[in-house]
Amino acid sequence: MPMYWNEDQDMLADSARPFIAGNAPVSHMRALRDAGDSHGFSPDVWRQFAEMGFTGILAGEADDGLGLGHVEAGIVLEEIGRNLTPSPFLSTAVGAVTALNMAGDHIRQRWMPGIVAGESVAALAFEETTRHRPHRVAATATKSGNGFRLDGAKQFVAHGHVADVLLVTARSSGDESDRDGITLFAVPRDTDGVTADADRLADASMAARVMFDGVEVDGDAVVGEVGRGADVLDRVLGAVRTGAAAELVGVANGAADMTTAYLRERKQFGQIIGSFQALQHRAAHLYCEMEVARAAVLKAQQALDEGDPEAERHVHVAKAMAGNSAALAVQEAVQMHGGIGMTDEYDVGFYMKRQRVLAEMFGDADYHADRLARLSGY
Amino acid sequence: MAEAALDDFRRETRRWLEMNCPPEMRTPPKSADDVAWGGRRFEPSSQAQADWLRIMGERGWTVPDWPTEYGGGGLAPAEAKVLKQEMAALGCRTPLYSFGISMLGPALLKYGTEAQKKEHLPKIARGEIRWCQGYSEPNAGSDLASLATRAEDKGDHFLVNGQKVWTSYADKADMIFCLVRTDTSSKQGGISFLLFDMESPGVSTKPILLISGNSPFCETFFDDVKVPKENVVGEINKGWNVAKYLLGHEREMISGMGLRASEQSLPERALAHLGAEADGRLDDPMLRARIAAFEVRAAAFQAMSERFIDMLKAGKADPAQPSMMKYYGTELNKDRHELMMAAGGADALEWDSGRSHGGVAARSWLRTKANSIEGGTSEIQLNIIAKRILNLPGA
Ligand SMILES: Cc1cc2nc3c(=O)[nH]c(=O)nc-3n(C[C@H](O)[C@H](O)[C@H](O)COP(=O)(O)OP(=O)(O)OC[C@H]3O[C@@H](n4cnc5c(N)ncnc54)[C@H](O)[C@@H]3O)c2cc1C
Repeated sequence: MPMYWNEDQDMLADSARPFIAGNAPVSHMRALRDAGDSHGFSPDVWRQFAEMGFTGILAGEADDGLGLGHVEAGIVLEEIGRNLTPSPFLSTAVGAVTALNMAGDHIRQRWMPGIVAGESVAALAFEETTRHRPHRVAATATKSGNGFRLDGAKQFVAHGHVADVLLVTARSSGDESDRDGITLFAVPRDTDGVTADADRLADASMAARVMFDGVEVDGDAVVGEVGRGADVLDRVLGAVRTGAAAELVGVANGAADMTTAYLRERKQFGQIIGSFQALQHRAAHLYCEMEVARAAVLKAQQALDEGDPEAERHVHVAKAMAGNSAALAVQEAVQMHGGIGMTDEYDVGFYMKRQRVLAEMFGDADYHADRLARLSGY
Repeated sequence: MAEAALDDFRRETRRWLEMNCPPEMRTPPKSADDVAWGGRRFEPSSQAQADWLRIMGERGWTVPDWPTEYGGGGLAPAEAKVLKQEMAALGCRTPLYSFGISMLGPALLKYGTEAQKKEHLPKIARGEIRWCQGYSEPNAGSDLASLATRAEDKGDHFLVNGQKVWTSYADKADMIFCLVRTDTSSKQGGISFLLFDMESPGVSTKPILLISGNSPFCETFFDDVKVPKENVVGEINKGWNVAKYLLGHEREMISGMGLRASEQSLPERALAHLGAEADGRLDDPMLRARIAAFEVRAAAFQAMSERFIDMLKAGKADPAQPSMMKYYGTELNKDRHELMMAAGGADALEWDSGRSHGGVAARSWLRTKANSIEGGTSEIQLNIIAKRILNLPGA
């Protein structure tokens, strides 16, 4: 597969770009925040995503999806990033759909139609510690009747307070840090014993702390195999890390585009500030970092789509590189705007906040560099 | 190209490489002197190296995507990519390093006359003629177009007088592609692109020692050198276009230097020198973290290189992209060698001991410092990106 978009992918980008910029631009996010919206996104926009077919990009044709891949999902995510669109796309259409594609018919048929139709939303309840440690699972799944009883606490669950279904990791056997013994469940949020308290994050998005207190689920709620949930979890993490990286590419490009536009227009000392070589070199360096990140993300997307045995490495590289390059983008963006960049009224600060959240989500650059080192044997 | 045909090509290529690539040529070069540069005075470091160059040259696979009538392999971009992947998978060495391949060839393919292409390209492909690049002068570095070497029109020939500097391998090369001034009334518009033999009367070279202790480049002097008129590439006074086009290819080549297979990867070197803790982690947490962060960038740049070549072949690359590749790739390579030195510790400081293979670590480290200077400095690449890609004013 050549390392650029094919014609169909170009067409998808050509339709996603104006659609998202038209229906959910940065002003849409600002309006939700200013209104104190606590839902976290606009259900109307989510339904429009479904009308465009976006929600079913990774779903199979049997589920009325498009049966496409991570490159295509990434095209939508890049625009979400560029427009800072609050959306459950990553957790639902990428994370949950990846899990459901590996699940039994019963559970797949229960949740997939609502997701593809833009009526249901899913959340990923994986994290238990403040830093990403997806295989450290203290939440328990104890055999109970035909099913399990779940107990434990999760945090940083985006959309957890409004999701219809929560994908939850819990330990059915083994020690807290074992990969084996993790089981993945799909739990309706309205099940007795589930409570989700949402907090607003720095970027105005909503993330919940979710408690599972004696939650009874039947055996059908297991995604994949009992005790082997890490197999599904790792696939989901591969998908959402790559997805978050694509969104970061969009965030970085959105911030950088605002900045180069400003460099071409703002005057000081009787000159366009973009004619100062000190700024030119920083902008050019940033451009390089972003292009390299874009290539790394495309590599990971293609590797996932092709079932490349090296995919995991490429995903670590993509998430780390995208996180770092986007961090540089937003920091340079604020600095090169001067005072106006620090004002709430101006959009550039929103990019900085979103970058921070996405960089932390599913592991930051340090986490992924460490994993890459472990995979390389050092 | 259809997937199935490409799969067939991959299978055939693999089989052919397995049969034809000598086992000694499936290991990384032992030192900078262990690579084949070809030329009239080429002295192979082994029979296997000579065989590998000959076999690949005959098949046109030293230049897989050049047309067959000029000694190339005539491969489509997708096939050339497969060949590269299969060579990498088997660990096959690049059979020939050559400024003819990476710089002059592409320029001749675009700007050369039919006679020039027929004359020079096949000899480049087979490694028979080694070329050097006469661009820089003592007073024309980053501001290359201010060059002053004169070529006077003498009817059927030019008479060349002047001096070049930093001419890599001028003392080993057979021919030079050289920028000369044919008109003093216009800066860029008075430059011509000439080809001539380094054995021509009036050409002399004087090696310059680098900080690495090696001497790969020279001062080059021209004293009434006669050059036939038909050796101009492109039109007279329009050499700047040829020069810039060639620079794009040079930058692409330099950008990839850090991607070449070397004896040991950075993590391997660190593990070999420092050892691991019980859990397998490198026994130096700070260095481990720096190496890991570096390896992320290196892998990402590897992806970028693949993307760049794919886009270039498909005509989708921005003409200023090579500047980006050159800047990023060379800065990365310098970082790699800083870490290589740290990973080697005191051992890596030895300059000529047998244990250090003649100080290869330290000398390579110092050599990489030139990467961000040769072919146009990093600052110049950033200027180009700012101007051509970001459309910033006055750059
Ligand atoms: C190992 C090596 C091999 C080489 N091989 C060859 C060869 O084979 N053939 C050949 O022709 N040349 C060769 N060169 C020469 C090389 O291309 C020049 O050294 C290079 O273009 C820089 O020119 P300069 O050395 O005159 O530095 P200068 O142009 O004097 O630059 C000095 C410093 O000023 C900075 N600078 C200059 N102009 C600007 C600007 N506008 N904005 C910001 N900063 C600026 C530069 O980036 C640099 O940091 C080689 C160089 C090296 C080191």
